[in-house]
Amino acid sequence: MDALILARWQFAITTVYHFFFVPLTLGLSILVAIMETVYVRTGNEQYKHMAKFWGKLFLINFAMGVVTGIVQEFQFGMNWSEYSRFVGDIFGAPLAIEALLAFFLESTFLGIWIFGWERLSKRLHAATIWVVAVGSNLSALWILIANSFMQQPVGYTLNNGRAEMTDFFALLANGHVWVQFPHVFFAGVTTAGFFVLGISAYHLWKKGQDLEIFQKSFRMGAVYAVIGTVMVMLVGHTQAQYMMKIQPMKMAAAEALWDTEDPAAMSLFTIGDEKNRRDVFAIRIPSLLSVLAYNRLEGEVKGINDLQREYEQTHGPGDYVPPVAISYWTFRIMVGAGVVMLLIALYALYRVLKNNLEFKPLLLKGMIWSISLPYIANSTGWIFTEVARQPWVVFGVMRTEDAVSPAVSIGEVWFSLIAFTLLYGALMGVTIYLLKKFAVGGASGVLLFEETEGAAISK
Amino acid sequence: MDLNTLWFILIAVLFIGFFFLEGFDYGVGILLPFIAKDDRSRRTVINTIGPFWDGNEVWLLTAGGAMFAAFPHWYATMFSGFYLALVLMLLALIVRGVAFEFRSKDKHPKWRAAWDWMLFIGSFVPALLWGVAMANLIRGVPIDENMHYLGGFFNLLNPYALLGGLATLSLFMLHGAIFLNLKTTGEMEEKARSYALKIGSVTTVLVFAFVIAGYYATDMFSRLGVNPGISPIIAGAALLLSGWFLKKRRSGWAFVMTGLTIAFSTITIFIGLYPRVMVSSLNDAWSLTIYNASSTPYTLKVMSIIALIFVPIVLLYQGWTYWVFRKRVSQDSKLQY
Repeated sequence: MDALILARWQFAITTVYHFFFVPLTLGLSILVAIMETVYVRTGNEQYKHMAKFWGKLFLINFAMGVVTGIVQEFQFGMNWSEYSRFVGDIFGAPLAIEALLAFFLESTFLGIWIFGWERLSKRLHAATIWVVAVGSNLSALWILIANSFMQQPVGYTLNNGRAEMTDFFALLANGHVWVQFPHVFFAGVTTAGFFVLGISAYHLWKKGQDLEIFQKSFRMGAVYAVIGTVMVMLVGHTQAQYMMKIQPMKMAAAEALWDTEDPAAMSLFTIGDEKNRRDVFAIRIPSLLSVLAYNRLEGEVKGINDLQREYEQTHGPGDYVPPVAISYWTFRIMVGAGVVMLLIALYALYRVLKNNLEFKPLLLKGMIWSISLPYIANSTGWIFTEVARQPWVVFGVMRTEDAVSPAVSIGEVWFSLIAFTLLYGALMGVTIYLLKKFAVGGASGVLLFEETEGAAISK
Repeated sequence: MDLNTLWFILIAVLFIGFFFLEGFDYGVGILLPFIAKDDRSRRTVINTIGPFWDGNEVWLLTAGGAMFAAFPHWYATMFSGFYLALVLMLLALIVRGVAFEFRSKDKHPKWRAAWDWMLFIGSFVPALLWGVAMANLIRGVPIDENMHYLGGFFNLLNPYALLGGLATLSLFMLHGAIFLNLKTTGEMEEKARSYALKIGSVTTVLVFAFVIAGYYATDMFSRLGVNPGISPIIAGAALLLSGWFLKKRRSGWAFVMTGLTIAFSTITIFIGLYPRVMVSSLNDAWSLTIYNASSTPYTLKVMSIIALIFVPIVLLYQGWTYWVFRKRVSQDSKLQY
């Protein structure tokens, strides 16, 4: 084990963990804002109770997103100082802008939203949660502008031994941003949709005193989940085609396609021999990969071996093949989870349109468990997109091994890796405990909690 | 003035904002387990900073982001060099942030007591470490010709830097006690005042000791001369005045004074650094400066335009929050945290 491997593990653990909380923040902020807006427009108190109930869960989740986000902002400099030096002229800008434009907005206005229920007019109060929603999603946009530079570097020149920005607007116009951001945005919508759907399903099953509120929530969740899953898949398809052009190696790894094919077959199931770069066992559908790549029956899709040869010519000798098994399986798990979510969401919407929310308990239990699906897809999606870019940290420009901090010793990284992992593990337990407690308690639970815990006790 | 200097000033402004704002909410967090014993008064204390702490913390994130964008070598050298210190600070900030949100979401007294101590630790550690970090920036740390820090963790814990840490710790506690005095009523208001008076005298000793130690430990005064200009004088005078205002029961003014002390101490350190951002104790030529550590003029220009538009907007709406929640937190207030 050297410091590089440890630093990579730390980045992977802290980032995947951070992104456990972010998508729900992105999607649920908008949904809570919609609920409160409906309340302000109609005066229907039920929507206020919905906003408070889902808002409570939102806040618990939001806190975790914020505190794990601080680590993200700092660890480029801490563990990846040479990366920071090399790309700081470009990469630092979107990060600083994210803090200045987005973090301030969401944090400040969330404080007002939490404490402002009685102090602001109804309209103004509803406006503050909209600002939070805009701030959160703006922050996603800016961090993805930064990440897109790592996937597809644009608007720069190599000078003085580093990458220097030549065109700020090229960073914003980077084609990768505009496939990645919608993908993440709708992943957030999907996550919130399934979160609301699953918890509402629990209450439909228990038939407690908040039944009506959770029927309403279920309807909103179903619509939201369908919008999210359909869009995330459409965008994802476009994104994969885009990736075929800018990082063909990533897609070849995703498909475990060793050799170039035309028409290219798609693997349904492959057990591969990564070392010798060949299939041990594979079920493949002819031409399907060409169809996915180009929307037609033919078309050459480059394989790993040919790409390796190409990269050797442009970048010199070296191993340019990412870990194929991880890429292949994370991609499949992500897409698979997406397909299952699409089916569940469509079925839920069908029942909503039929106005029949009398489900069999088994179905409702299934929906509760389906809350895990977006989380699986979110995590595997990021693991895929980052792992399958290796050995590059900035594609075609800088290798991960050259990015690590030389000033940080292996003992120091061990310490931080263990400390972060233990603390994050403990906090995950606490967060799930609290989310479950408030989710099960329902809207009336939250209202009771606010009355007993929020009011003055001394008289 | 060139853009490098502008960004040096902007980062100083961000740190002033951070120390001024998060200074009092660190202080409140540190005082929490001592100044408030029963649950209701602890909640009162926490709720005085409830609507603000998260927005305040963003000043730090923005300062970090601005260092990355404007002076990537400063960001890289300092953050990788001060690695363990930053890990400790991050761990503290993590438990602190969730403590606000989680503390009152369960009734169990042990749960609440545990999160109160998390709030304490989470406020104590960064309040101390930022003083240590600032003192080391000005004192100088071993940096080689490739801008790499060679010192390790314990190198940071020299007496001068520790004195700096104690100075920020006590100053933030004082700032926080005065803030509490301003934002509470009755018994808590009085208690906060008496805490502020006690902490104030310790703070005065520590801050002045830190300044005097600076004559020996840094090159600041040889660079700036015996008369180092107006800013340390304002910082020192404001600190003394804050005690005077406290005795006169004019807490609003006392708070302004500790605020001025924080702002002008920060300014003094940045003036002492200029045009360096990190002093190398090995060789003057290896120090990081606003020129050899900076981004390109193009990036600085882009970032200047954005910062000059958005920093005032942020100030406006953050100011508005303080206006919305200007009322004191009393026994009758509706609590959230």
